[in-house]
Amino acid sequence: MRVDTGVSDKIATASDLLDKLQPIDEALRKCRYQQDALIEVLHTVEKTYGFLDEVHLDYLSLQLKLPPSLVYGVATFYNFFTLDPRAEHTCVVCLGTACYIKNAAEILTQIEKIFSLECGNTTADGKFRLLTTRCFGSCSLAPMLTMDNEVSIKLTPEAAVAAIRKKLAHSGATDTGEGT
Amino acid sequence: MNPVELQARAEQERMRQQQLRLRLLLCCSPPCLAVGAETIRQTLTELIAKRQLAAELEIVATGCMGPCSRGPLLRIQYQNGSLKTYEQVTPELATELLLQAVANRPTTHPPLSTELPFFSRQTQIVLQNTGWIDPENILHGIARNGYAALARVVHEMTPEEVCTAIKASGLRGRGGGGYPTGVKWNLVRKASAERKFVVANGDEGDPGAYMDRTLMEADPHRILEGMAIAGFAVGAEQGYIYVRGEYPLAAARLDRAIQDAERLGLLGSRILNSSFNFRIDLRVGAGAFVCGEETALMTSIMGRRGQPVPRPPYPAQSGLWGYPTLLNNVETLANIAPIIRQGAAWFAGFGTEHSKGTKVFALCGELVNEGLIEVPMGISLREIIFEIGGGISGGGRFKAVQTGGPSGGCIPEEHLDTPVDYERLKELGSIMGSGGLIVMSRKSCMPDIARFFIDFCREESCGKCVPCRVGLVEMYQLLERITSGSATLDDLEKLEQLCRLVQDTSLCGLGIAAPNPVLSTLRYFREEYLAHIRDHCCPAGSCRLDRHALLVPPEAAAQPALSREDC
Repeated sequence: MRVDTGVSDKIATASDLLDKLQPIDEALRKCRYQQDALIEVLHTVEKTYGFLDEVHLDYLSLQLKLPPSLVYGVATFYNFFTLDPRAEHTCVVCLGTACYIKNAAEILTQIEKIFSLECGNTTADGKFRLLTTRCFGSCSLAPMLTMDNEVSIKLTPEAAVAAIRKKLAHSGATDTGEGT
Repeated sequence: MNPVELQARAEQERMRQQQLRLRLLLCCSPPCLAVGAETIRQTLTELIAKRQLAAELEIVATGCMGPCSRGPLLRIQYQNGSLKTYEQVTPELATELLLQAVANRPTTHPPLSTELPFFSRQTQIVLQNTGWIDPENILHGIARNGYAALARVVHEMTPEEVCTAIKASGLRGRGGGGYPTGVKWNLVRKASAERKFVVANGDEGDPGAYMDRTLMEADPHRILEGMAIAGFAVGAEQGYIYVRGEYPLAAARLDRAIQDAERLGLLGSRILNSSFNFRIDLRVGAGAFVCGEETALMTSIMGRRGQPVPRPPYPAQSGLWGYPTLLNNVETLANIAPIIRQGAAWFAGFGTEHSKGTKVFALCGELVNEGLIEVPMGISLREIIFEIGGGISGGGRFKAVQTGGPSGGCIPEEHLDTPVDYERLKELGSIMGSGGLIVMSRKSCMPDIARFFIDFCREESCGKCVPCRVGLVEMYQLLERITSGSATLDDLEKLEQLCRLVQDTSLCGLGIAAPNPVLSTLRYFREEYLAHIRDHCCPAGSCRLDRHALLVPPEAAAQPALSREDC
């Protein structure tokens, strides 16, 4: 689901914006405005809004009295934080060693081909995002992927595509890659 | 709570468990959950409610039981102490087993044999409790001697005695480095400063390794107890446990464990009625492999980009916020309580001359039995792979075993009789690492595996030092050319030179160890590299070689080596 952050839209009033930033204030209070808690607060922001908006980062830099460059640096350094709005469905293909030796690369290529989507990107309609990870730590189930945190295991390229299609079809997504 | 009360609680819980007619231990670790453990739990819970059996039996959602590829696993513990473990359990089978057990009828389904080498060849010290306790119930841990070592330490021992005991046990760092734990503790103990810290490294980034995840999920109190003992020994009052961001369940379990322990006075102020205070805070990583490196991990705890800083000064002298900091891997810390309880001599009785105790391995790849195992140091790789692991699955042939993740190497068949210890694995060009063992069959192409690991390190390089940031990209491109069949023998030479350069000049462990997968595959599987370059063929049949690469003019072939993004 796309969360409205009040940024891309026209900001109606300042108080409106402040209202929307309230969860950040709460997180900041909880860590007593300590600069060292930047990563924890970013975790909260990511969890609350689904991604990190520039406004959030600016607000944090102001409140924690940290240079914006530092906040931006931390936000972009770690893989967990994303600066783009999340898609409705996210598929994460595991490319850990155990998955890799069991053909995970082929699975990824197949998904990329069928959904005409490069890894790391979102489809134009914002419905489907394809990511990879380096190991979920469930290597006995290799190769695996998660679709919206639901795990599919011991996959073949065909099974992987089917698992994704099933999820997309459920939500009535327009392009399930059927045509290609 | 004081030590006497702790003991009484333990006794009380043990009695309660013994009085139950049946205990159903259901593995609820992520691999088992992925194959349906939750449905089994629901089915059994409903059945128990329907038949009003709650008074005489209980379901325990445990952490990992070990043989992950055989899940979901269900263990039935009878009142007389006998045990039966069942594999690949379905809700129907679980219902049938429960009804038969309740009616005192013999079960018709054959249980897993305890004689299986997978079980009988293991020695469990660290994994003693995983698969036996509900990690979310502190009393389960206490009933299995949890916090008894801490009680003894804070009331009967001096910090110096604790350090001496750990040193005498011969325990070495389980994160991969193998630095003697007792020596490290002593360094921090002797450092004079107004504050000191203890940090547990649970940032298990190696792909193909999940020992730390399992430990944190299945027995969090063991780690907390180890940290508190470490805090007492070095004179710290604050600890941090840094958990990898990809492990939300581990973080949630640890969070709960910290709260439960604080409530019972096992952490916090005046622990177990002594004058010792120790608090533990949880820090959740945000997805960066380099944070497993100790200085990078500390920078990350302090809320910055996880970039390493040169050592010395070592964390023992100047760590978190400039104070002396003791940094141990979570598996190392899980060894502490048993050493204190059962004595350093007992622990030193396991293992080899220089590597004592046991090591937990995540055994996976092309194997019959995949899963989590704990074996005494000194066991041979052959025993691990062919006895515990049951050999290669699907009738394939063994080719290599990869140890130590992206910092380790591939070990071929002729060295399989090497005993597992820190020094011997290093001699083979690999490392003990954190404990991932990936077994590969003839289907795997070694230059491609090397390319895979360099790709990983290239992506995860923090970008601070040039050899790692630029060198790994260059190495990746060379390997890419080799695996696509467009490389020359010159490229191979260049690759080897680059390996040495990156190894010698990188700032931290990530860069220093990154060439290991390339160097070890070159050492044992050079022929495969040559086959790709000279004969344009992949002996394993996994690379898609461009058979016409030779016909492409050299300028064109060299073109993809650099693109805008790479500069």
